[in-house]
Amino acid sequence: MQSDYVFRHKHLLSMEDLSVQDISFILQTAESFKEISTRAIKKVPTLRGKTVINLFFEPSTRTRLSFEVAAKRLSADTFNISASTSSATKGETLVDTARNLEAMHPDIIILRHSSSGSPDLLTHHLQSSVVNAGDGTHEHPSQGLLDLMTVKEGKGGFAGLKIAIIGDIAHSRVAHSDIIGFTKMGAEVFVCGPATMIPPYLEQFGAKVCRSVQDAVADADVVMALRIQRERQLDPLIPSLREYASFFGVNEKLLNLAKPDALIMHPGPINRGVEIDPGVADGPRSVILDQVTNGVAIRMAILYLLMGGD
Amino acid sequence: MLLQNGRVIDPSSGLDGQADILVVGGRVKAVGTVKERDLPPGCKTYDLGGLWVTPGLIDMHVHLREPGEEYKETIASGTMAAAAGGFTAVACMPNTSPINDSQGVTSLILARAVGASARVYPVGSISKGAKGEELAEFGEMKTAGVVALSDDGVPVVNSQLFKRALEYSGNYDLLLISHSEEIFLSRGGAMNDGSVSTRLGLRGIPSAAESIAVYRDIALAEYTGRPVHIAHVSTGEAVDLIRRAKSKGCRVTAETAPHYFTLTDQDVGNYNTNAKMNPPLRSEKDRLEMIRGLQDGTIDAIATDHAPHSRLEKDKEFDQAANGIIGLETSLPLSLELVRVGIIDPVRLIELMSVNPARILGVEGGTLKEGCIADITVIDPEKKFVFAAEGIRSKSRNSPFIDRELTGKAVMTILGGRITHSELA
Repeated sequence: MQSDYVFRHKHLLSMEDLSVQDISFILQTAESFKEISTRAIKKVPTLRGKTVINLFFEPSTRTRLSFEVAAKRLSADTFNISASTSSATKGETLVDTARNLEAMHPDIIILRHSSSGSPDLLTHHLQSSVVNAGDGTHEHPSQGLLDLMTVKEGKGGFAGLKIAIIGDIAHSRVAHSDIIGFTKMGAEVFVCGPATMIPPYLEQFGAKVCRSVQDAVADADVVMALRIQRERQLDPLIPSLREYASFFGVNEKLLNLAKPDALIMHPGPINRGVEIDPGVADGPRSVILDQVTNGVAIRMAILYLLMGGD
Repeated sequence: MLLQNGRVIDPSSGLDGQADILVVGGRVKAVGTVKERDLPPGCKTYDLGGLWVTPGLIDMHVHLREPGEEYKETIASGTMAAAAGGFTAVACMPNTSPINDSQGVTSLILARAVGASARVYPVGSISKGAKGEELAEFGEMKTAGVVALSDDGVPVVNSQLFKRALEYSGNYDLLLISHSEEIFLSRGGAMNDGSVSTRLGLRGIPSAAESIAVYRDIALAEYTGRPVHIAHVSTGEAVDLIRRAKSKGCRVTAETAPHYFTLTDQDVGNYNTNAKMNPPLRSEKDRLEMIRGLQDGTIDAIATDHAPHSRLEKDKEFDQAANGIIGLETSLPLSLELVRVGIIDPVRLIELMSVNPARILGVEGGTLKEGCIADITVIDPEKKFVFAAEGIRSKSRNSPFIDRELTGKAVMTILGGRITHSELA
């Protein structure tokens, strides 16, 4: 990395916005923060006096808690607002909600929203930093970064790796961020899923679309299974979960095609027995819980860097 | 008034050359060389050297929002925008609130249009409430003053109802204007299905959603022997279908809007809701096919689909933002660009923006022949201006062209001998 590198982003909206240097720097920063979570006193004063608002318009367990834990470990004051408790239920627009929050002078607003581009919209109306915690079917950059961190830990780097992502690519913001992130860092990403779940022009991100799941997984260094995002689909895109599990489920037989030391990943929440076999999810090659652990470190790094890193 | 020394472009009389036009009593009294002794007393003279003098432009597809959504546009503000854009007449779509599906609403629109800055031709809805279930009262609406029928904003999904509408409209000699969209394909879509929708994570509308519906409309027009007009064509496949239908003698006409031959889905950029419309901005290939259709006569008219929306509808999440942009004040300069780059000549431009809309709708205008109504547009094809938000006459500002430098402008608009817009000293 160049010594004169400076992280200059005010917001974190997408993996697309990040350069290779940005990603490397975030990962490096997260690695240094990871140790804090293992201390007896899991708190540093880095963001003392800063206010972080979690504005979540979609249900979330791990992402919201992960951001909250990250902010608290850096001593920021955190506040959670969910759709059911916000004035959105009274008809208030997202922009007005944001403006009202802004009037309370937060430093960072972390937004999860079902509409793609909603964090981008907020940046036009706010002085605060905005972090995209998942917008529609667009991106989930912090999840992408924690996936990168997990692979880097497991494999030492990215160059030449074959990453297989299996499942509902079209509705997965995680897949979008992962494809962009992994290819930017030098890995090859192969995707496969029912053709109804593969968006057009996916190759523009550098992904290679496979017609057979066996082709995607063969000799893979990493195999990631995705959940079928039924809540984002207007109509069923597959005939049955049973057929899906038979043809696209990540199981031991399929994994025999991957490299013996392949990492098994899943962004969660898992539908056991559908997109992934329970034995695989809990098996020795699974790093699914490492992803969760790394999520806190990545989010600490994001909050720290957006606040200027001092 | 005497309009002197302008380049008179009137495709209806095959005229393209320098001439004078004398307007008396709201009608064209003489075209050619007008001698001073022929001028009535007190006749005002305008020297239009270097400018084009054309039949008044006619926009056959606008949304005036009155009645019901006057905060977006009124008949008064919409026609002022029309006059500023060089239009002397507009056909307004029926998706107001209430829907224009009865003679009462038609009469209200026409009453509000008295004294407006452009002629207002109401389009009645095909089905009651534009619900696509029962035919609206075509005869009553025709009596009240509608010039055509459309459920624009939504397609008539029920093919049987559309067939019957084609048949029944024959009793009243009313044209059907089709919003051609296969809604099971487009449902939930926010923009064109393609590389940009994938990048932005937005649900896409495939181009086939348009072409499938266009094919149905053409098939039913052919079957019933009735004319159909395809609104806001946006895809190359639709242009091709219309071209083939025309070559077989099918009575189909079509319009496209300036944004479809000027912009592509790339212009959505990062969730610019002012580039959100239905049908959506398409691919570069589609854009080029639109231009080809304008060149070879497949597309008959340039219409704006002027769709005013306030910030309330546009300043929000992209997938929740309203479809549509204003277009009355940018249509002419954007269309003139086709002339400037040599794609079409000025005569074809006036066919597309005046002669053909008048012919398709069966309304007066579209000509400068002696004795006709004096609806005239004076165009400075070289005038450069920045389309600034503060100068917009429409009540709404939802345009992707704001702050863009445009070339070519209507500098005077004359409605029945009355000047409704002038930038001449």
